[in-house]
Amino acid sequence: MKVRAATVLRIAALVLLLAFLFWPQRFAPLFAPLTQFGAPPIYDQGNLLTLALAQLATVLCATAASALVAVSLAVLVTRPSGAQFLPLSRTLVDIGQTFPPVAVLAVAVPLVGFGLKPTLIALFAYGLLPIFENSLAGLRSCPPAVLEAASGTGMTTGQRLRSVELPLAMPLILEGIRLSLVINVGTATIGSTVAAKGLGEVIIAGLLSNNTAFILQGALVTGLMAVLLYDALAGLERRFFVTTRLD
Amino acid sequence: MITIENLTKRYDSATVVDDVSLEIARHSITVIVGTSGSGKSTLLRMVNRLVEPSSGRVLLEGRDTRAEPAHLLRRRIGYVIQGYGLFPHRTVSENIATVPRLLNWDAARIRARVEELLRAFALEPADYAGKFPYQLSGGQQQRVGVARALAAEPAVLLMDEPFGALDPIIRAKAQDDLLDIHRRFGTTIVLVTHDMDEAFRLGDHVAVMSAGRVLQYDRPAALITRPADPLVSRMTGLSDRALRLLSLIPAGEAALPGEMPGDAAAGAEVASSATLRDVLSELLWRGVESARVLDADGRTLGHLTVTAILARGRP
Repeated sequence: MKVRAATVLRIAALVLLLAFLFWPQRFAPLFAPLTQFGAPPIYDQGNLLTLALAQLATVLCATAASALVAVSLAVLVTRPSGAQFLPLSRTLVDIGQTFPPVAVLAVAVPLVGFGLKPTLIALFAYGLLPIFENSLAGLRSCPPAVLEAASGTGMTTGQRLRSVELPLAMPLILEGIRLSLVINVGTATIGSTVAAKGLGEVIIAGLLSNNTAFILQGALVTGLMAVLLYDALAGLERRFFVTTRLD
Repeated sequence: MITIENLTKRYDSATVVDDVSLEIARHSITVIVGTSGSGKSTLLRMVNRLVEPSSGRVLLEGRDTRAEPAHLLRRRIGYVIQGYGLFPHRTVSENIATVPRLLNWDAARIRARVEELLRAFALEPADYAGKFPYQLSGGQQQRVGVARALAAEPAVLLMDEPFGALDPIIRAKAQDDLLDIHRRFGTTIVLVTHDMDEAFRLGDHVAVMSAGRVLQYDRPAALITRPADPLVSRMTGLSDRALRLLSLIPAGEAALPGEMPGDAAAGAEVASSATLRDVLSELLWRGVESARVLDADGRTLGHLTVTAILARGRP
């Protein structure tokens, strides 16, 4: 019963999100009380669906790049020859996380100009840490006996990595990617301060014109996207990697 | 079959294996026994080059093991470890098929070999082929580990404490299974253990190791009757050495020809595969002096008396 209630809630959230993105004007009466002086209750300076999709695409690109770099780094530092790079890699990845994305934008804009590029850079840097740390934990948690057996059967180090270590680490790696994806869905809204397309536009417009309805729309759509994405990915992981879990 | 020549392994200043030379015969079971830290596992792991020696060499069928890349060498040598190291994300049959797949066998041949091995280890393919390691008991995991090691028909099987994680009853069964498998496939087995009983039970030859050196490499009985070092007799045990010696001799081998003396109905009956230690125990228990020895089909092979058994229990 518990599972079913959760599923109903998920579907309801998805339907609500899609309905709002496709037919935002239908929700006008709901948002009207939040506006003052006859301001428009629904964002009217752009298509909400387009903005949401643009934001999602930005996040997916940035996270894909983070995943590629972070997983490669984790593989590198868990090899005997790369172990010495662990402190360096960790420092770099930590800086990516501790340096505020807004500050990254500020530094990146003079270098690469306004628009999508600085946003991608900020999100890429911000998304590295969860993927890196999770991949590292996953690769390190492979039981020594399993690794010894893999080498003992005559796998080369590459074969061992591909067919034993990465599959066993995969649930944790995916968890890291999921975490970073969800964090970045929210963080991506700041991209609008440097003219990247996204829902941040709606929030900023609301802040500038003192329109609470706009702020709420931008925030709700972003929040729902993040929650649903997190949920969907978790479901996919459970489906595909049940047997990989070490019980 | 396997020639180990002056093999030495040093880590910084510590010498773990110190100038060991052994000649291991084809189709034999050789047990390397020693306390923990004696270097026995390191010695074993130098045979398949999971550890590279500091000096000395290993010849496999006359050929230096360094003549080919280590991973190719290891595909020709079975390897079983304590804890088995089964791949948790792969099914039983995928685990067993590991080496044949690395060797690019065709699918039909792999399937046939996996089924043959599953049956040989009493794991019905229909029930077990698709299971994952965590769904198996410890004894079943152990058998899958050995099956995986034997999959590509290696001439040599290396085993590092393969029964260490099993409870005593399952362990005895696993040891019997190993002897069966050995008879069936004729694989040359090198097994490492700290358990002297296991060494005596399985080994055609036993190498006793301490502090990186082989103290004695001999037939099990010789370790008791002609110990080369006081430590060897300490490890084999002084108090029950006579009984240990008896446990190495099968009744069928020691049986005296003819019917047993005295009242035939008063004696015990024992199988020819029982050891003299078992026979003596049986005689004690029954309070009789002699036993008829029967072969597997129940025919009388000969007889054994207490006096005859006692005569075998001394050097």
